[in-house]
Amino acid sequence: MTEFLQQLLNGLSLGAIYALIALGYTMVYGVLRFINFAHSDVFMVGAYIGYYAGQHLPVGTLGGGLLVLLAAMAGCSLLGMAIERLAYRRLRGAPTLNVLITAIGVSLFLESAGQAVFGAAPRTFPMVFPVRNLRFAGLAVSSNQLVVIAVAILLMIALQLIVFRTRIGTAMRAVSLNPRAAQLVGVNLNVVISFTFGLGSALAGAGGVLYALNYPSIDPLMGVMPGMKAFVAAVLGGVGNIPGAALGGLILGTVETFVNGSQWSTYKDAIAFAILIGILLFRPAGLLGRAVPEKV
Amino acid sequence: MRPLRLLLLALAVASLILPLGAQTPIKVGEYASLTGKEASFGQSSHEGIVLAFEEIDAAGGVLGRPIELITEDNQTQPGQSATAVKKLIARDRVIALLGEVSSGRSLEAAPIAQAYKIPMIAPAATNPQVTRVGNYIFRVCFIDPFQGTVMARFALQDLKARRVAILSSVSNAYSVGLAKFFRETFRSAGGEITAEPKYSEGDKDFRAQLTAIKAAGADAVYVPGYYTEAALIVRQGRELGLTMPFIGGDGWVADELLQIGGPALNGCYYSTHFSPENRDPAVQAFVKKFRARWSGANPDAFAALGYDAAYVLVDAIRRAGTTDGPALRAALARTRDFAGVTGATTIDANRNASKPAAIIAIRDGRLAFLKTVAPAP
Repeated sequence: MTEFLQQLLNGLSLGAIYALIALGYTMVYGVLRFINFAHSDVFMVGAYIGYYAGQHLPVGTLGGGLLVLLAAMAGCSLLGMAIERLAYRRLRGAPTLNVLITAIGVSLFLESAGQAVFGAAPRTFPMVFPVRNLRFAGLAVSSNQLVVIAVAILLMIALQLIVFRTRIGTAMRAVSLNPRAAQLVGVNLNVVISFTFGLGSALAGAGGVLYALNYPSIDPLMGVMPGMKAFVAAVLGGVGNIPGAALGGLILGTVETFVNGSQWSTYKDAIAFAILIGILLFRPAGLLGRAVPEKV
Repeated sequence: MRPLRLLLLALAVASLILPLGAQTPIKVGEYASLTGKEASFGQSSHEGIVLAFEEIDAAGGVLGRPIELITEDNQTQPGQSATAVKKLIARDRVIALLGEVSSGRSLEAAPIAQAYKIPMIAPAATNPQVTRVGNYIFRVCFIDPFQGTVMARFALQDLKARRVAILSSVSNAYSVGLAKFFRETFRSAGGEITAEPKYSEGDKDFRAQLTAIKAAGADAVYVPGYYTEAALIVRQGRELGLTMPFIGGDGWVADELLQIGGPALNGCYYSTHFSPENRDPAVQAFVKKFRARWSGANPDAFAALGYDAAYVLVDAIRRAGTTDGPALRAALARTRDFAGVTGATTIDANRNASKPAAIIAIRDGRLAFLKTVAPAP
């Protein structure tokens, strides 16, 4: 029983990070109907911003840690908006395939630029939050894992509030529903899309710092695997659906952890993806996604 | 006017011919992971190789010719070593290849070297499969059956561990092989393997596997992987309350191990090829030269093996008297008791070297030389 609870805890802290990244994929998809593959590299840049900020801020305290987190979020949201402005905006009316290929291009650009600027060797991420290993009832948890879960939950609540309780959130949903109609009633498309990219990338930045806190070895290709898992999580939950992305991340993280802790750990990724295929067979729009008939 | 022109023409022609007249360099190819996840491996072996060739050139070169080292970076990425080696052979026309530290990447390059009959010396690929690719593939290090045996005996006799868990990679040739040899020796000597979970290359979360190990119980955990994973594994293990020693192999050799792992690594051990703390005068002379050349850094095992691999190659070229593939291969195969900084190199019938292993202990965040284990007879 202790082992089960311990694995559940491990799975939740991993899933919380997948969920944070998945939110960025899902938001951009909801508004623009394309998968922003550069998102996982924005995640990597977030970790590096945290790394450099950690060298200039008083780390090891709660306040310093939060400052590092905010710096990464701010930096990434600027980067996300810049990517949208420079790469995707010119292709607004172009076929989806062109945008998709551009997204892969931006992703490769960020990975190579990361290797050139930061160096390709892994670096050790500083302990920006005070670390304590807690034990209760036979369970071991590090304060970092709790920070990850807490920050992820807070950010998801904040996101839900922004999308459903603010004017810009209403505009985002309007654009998602029908961009042309939204423009006709006076929604500024550029502002809304910029904002969406900024918000999604800020979450990726936070995810990058939280990931690096838990796994303190960062390198310019660190975003590739978590990015792919988060993409799967977004599809699992129903791409375009915000609570779905969170749910998908948590499910994927937990399943992966339980398989890893069993004797079938060799087949970890195979089992995780088999579950994805299984779910999509029965619910093609994902767990919480609504099947929308394609408009012709 | 005319004599001046003639003079200029003569000068121009001379400037073209003279460098050719001076001996053409011998081209040696090196492929290494200079960047990427295991950059420390490639950088160390590269520094050792460069130091060796600089010394050889300063002493007049080989067969009266200088050595030109052509280095290709495989970025630690699967598939890149094959491309790099094809380029080195086809375009640069190298006469021999040096590389790699990783067994997996050596196995990518070896079939190509074999097909083109270009001798290849792996400085530190320890998986037995590497030299089985063909008779042009050599190595200057011990192989994993020995390394696995050394650590299995160490766990039983020195750590008094009867129950050991193994955490290894699913796909890495080095990790899979080393886990196998450790398991065989440990079991046949009466020990018990309590759990054997696996991880995938590039994983960063090992808490699930470590929780399973904790539930199964173990006196020690064997982690035959590379430093990036090993450091995170030990660190997460300590967070989960695993207090037993973690032990590993030469994949742990890198400065980054201690940087990433920090105090969690205290009380851990690993086997390797070389220790700069070895009092042997040849080792100390090498450490001194290495520190002078590479801004004060201590050489690690892969720097030492890179250095030895370069000297073994040059020794064979001297004995062969030519850089011709088949003749050079035959000379390499006849290498006997060549004195290097990682011990005497004798190439056996399977083109492997048998050498002593060093066991390193990590105490108070520092590496301490524990003991040397002689090679199996």
